[in-house]
Amino acid sequence: MEHTEQYRDGKLCAILAGQITSMCTEDMRIMEVCGTHTVSAFRHGIRNLLPRSLSLISGPGCPVCVTDQSELDAFIQLANMPDTILATFGDLMRVPATGSSLEKEKARGKDIRMVYSTMDALALARANPDRQVVFAGVGFETTSPTIAASILAAHAENLSNYSVYCAHKLLPPALEALMGLSGVEIHGFLLPGHVSVIIGGQAYASFFEKHQIPCVIAGFEPADMLMGIRELAEMISANTPGLENVYGRAVSRQGNLRAQQVADRVFETTDARWRGLGRIAESGLAIREEFAAFDAARRFSIDPRLAAAPAGCACGEVLTGRCLPPDCRLYATACTPADPVGPCMVSSEGTCAAHWKYNR
Amino acid sequence: MKHDTIVLDHGSGGLLSHELTEKIMLPAFDNDMLSRLDDSAVIESQKGRMAFSTDSFVVDPLFFPGGNIGDLAVNGTVNDIAMSGAVPLYLSAAMIIEEGFAIRDLETIVASMAAAARCAGVKIVAGDTKVVPRGAADKIFINTSGVGWIAQGVEISAALARAGDCVILSGTMADHGMTILNQREGLAFDADVKTDSAALNKMVARMLAAAPAGGLRVLRDPTRGGVATALNEIALASNVGICINESALLVRKPVAGLCELLGIDPLYAANEGKLIAIVDKDSADTVLAAIKQDPLGGDACIIGEAISDHPGRVVMETAIGGRRIVDMLTGGQLPRIC
Repeated sequence: MEHTEQYRDGKLCAILAGQITSMCTEDMRIMEVCGTHTVSAFRHGIRNLLPRSLSLISGPGCPVCVTDQSELDAFIQLANMPDTILATFGDLMRVPATGSSLEKEKARGKDIRMVYSTMDALALARANPDRQVVFAGVGFETTSPTIAASILAAHAENLSNYSVYCAHKLLPPALEALMGLSGVEIHGFLLPGHVSVIIGGQAYASFFEKHQIPCVIAGFEPADMLMGIRELAEMISANTPGLENVYGRAVSRQGNLRAQQVADRVFETTDARWRGLGRIAESGLAIREEFAAFDAARRFSIDPRLAAAPAGCACGEVLTGRCLPPDCRLYATACTPADPVGPCMVSSEGTCAAHWKYNR
Repeated sequence: MKHDTIVLDHGSGGLLSHELTEKIMLPAFDNDMLSRLDDSAVIESQKGRMAFSTDSFVVDPLFFPGGNIGDLAVNGTVNDIAMSGAVPLYLSAAMIIEEGFAIRDLETIVASMAAAARCAGVKIVAGDTKVVPRGAADKIFINTSGVGWIAQGVEISAALARAGDCVILSGTMADHGMTILNQREGLAFDADVKTDSAALNKMVARMLAAAPAGGLRVLRDPTRGGVATALNEIALASNVGICINESALLVRKPVAGLCELLGIDPLYAANEGKLIAIVDKDSADTVLAAIKQDPLGGDACIIGEAISDHPGRVVMETAIGGRRIVDMLTGGQLPRIC
């Protein structure tokens, strides 16, 4: 924690904010891709330190928020199978699927367990040999290696009652898809720290080469974020785009090779549907044929039908930077954290929830 | 006791019930009003207004570093009574026990209740025990109710904060909430955390003795929902804004580490031995000094003020000089996934 405190130093942050202000002579629109950045910006009041001409726009980096409606419906379907325990991370519990949520299904008596790690889900499977334990797999490159590790462990143990419904997504293809959307005006990307720890700085090289847009990988403490924003402001104002990493204490060029290998052993890339971005080629992970026995979709023949996002919900526009939460006509009227319509109002990393919580 | 676990017969009202009362409850709680075993405790009436409160305790796990459900149940109701400025005196304790519960655990819990009551200077004068079949309750649930009397001239309510008042917090945040979370679901990180469960009535007595008339306006113990939720309740009830200073909020290092790791905001985590006081600005230093003299109040400090801007809302000056809303907790806090 003492280490953390250095990055929350008021004087250091004031210096960085001053430098940003002096560089920000024109309108700048910077997208913080990751939901953890969104929350950190609000939680520490970072936006108040920035000049008015600099806009921080939230991106598609909240895993729960980009999970497609059909995938949420699949989790409900799985939770309703007989003799089944659905294990999930907490964020998914309250996200509205079509007509229900895992929280509501749990209240109706379905066995849904909140776990903190995939290894807890594995332990549930070992402890309940007469029941199927299905893990609701959502998340980016940060979570997928641990899910892969759980499948490898289940494989090694011949655990026949553990499986994963895989809705994992990859971040770089989403950035690519964003650039192709009309109505999105972004001058620079603040790239996610956690994901980059795994995939490494080089994972963005081809994206940067193609688009020549300023990109900076940053950590989540206030000074980390301000340092990233300062680098971006400098590149934008001098028109010298680059791909930089100001989170060197955690992110290397190669990333975490061990984690990459584990994920690669179990998963292969596949097309995936994203809320707000639609179908993106090679942007998701599927379980390889060799581990098909641990694929809940195959094992239980789950093939969710396409499902429409909730009527009127602008989550898709919000998480692609095309509108702000207050622009959604449901925001703070029909959609609140207590009674959410869309996922961005539920997840702790959701942009709408962050706006509601910190910025009303 | 012949049995080593609770059986349904322990709640039947028959011989085993009697034995449970005689051998476990009476010796531990040890007072004349209870040991008469009449249908109700008979209390001499006291002068003035009476405060009356009730709370049920269903904490899981039952035992955790620094305490268990027993002392929590006593301290919780003692504190609720104390937060209205009353001097808590008498409690009742009703237990709903699941068949098969270990009697040794019951003895430990009852001993903790007795010790907490002694420490707080209250008597447990009425009680009840029910046993339900296995699965109909989760191990043991305890309800405590209590009464206390409010001295003349003492007027404490969440609705009495005024713009200009100081906000005092009596110590660190999130100790209890993070201790429980760390125990739950087998997390059990090797962190030096323990509950802050404690009775605050003696601290309140010091504050009331020190404060000039009308100087102490609001008292609240920030339990479930944490400091953030308690401040929001006060802001709404008093129709004032509240502005707090992040740098003044204390969180013990291991607790802060756990919060970071699990994505929990300590402002929203439960406390069981802390109070928030809203105090007239001119009385603030006197009241703060009184809190600091109490063994439980060494870390107390002024964390903010009530203001006339944005009534009903709590805002925070962040440590880095920014500003943000501190909203009421919605739903449970969920650990982050990425």
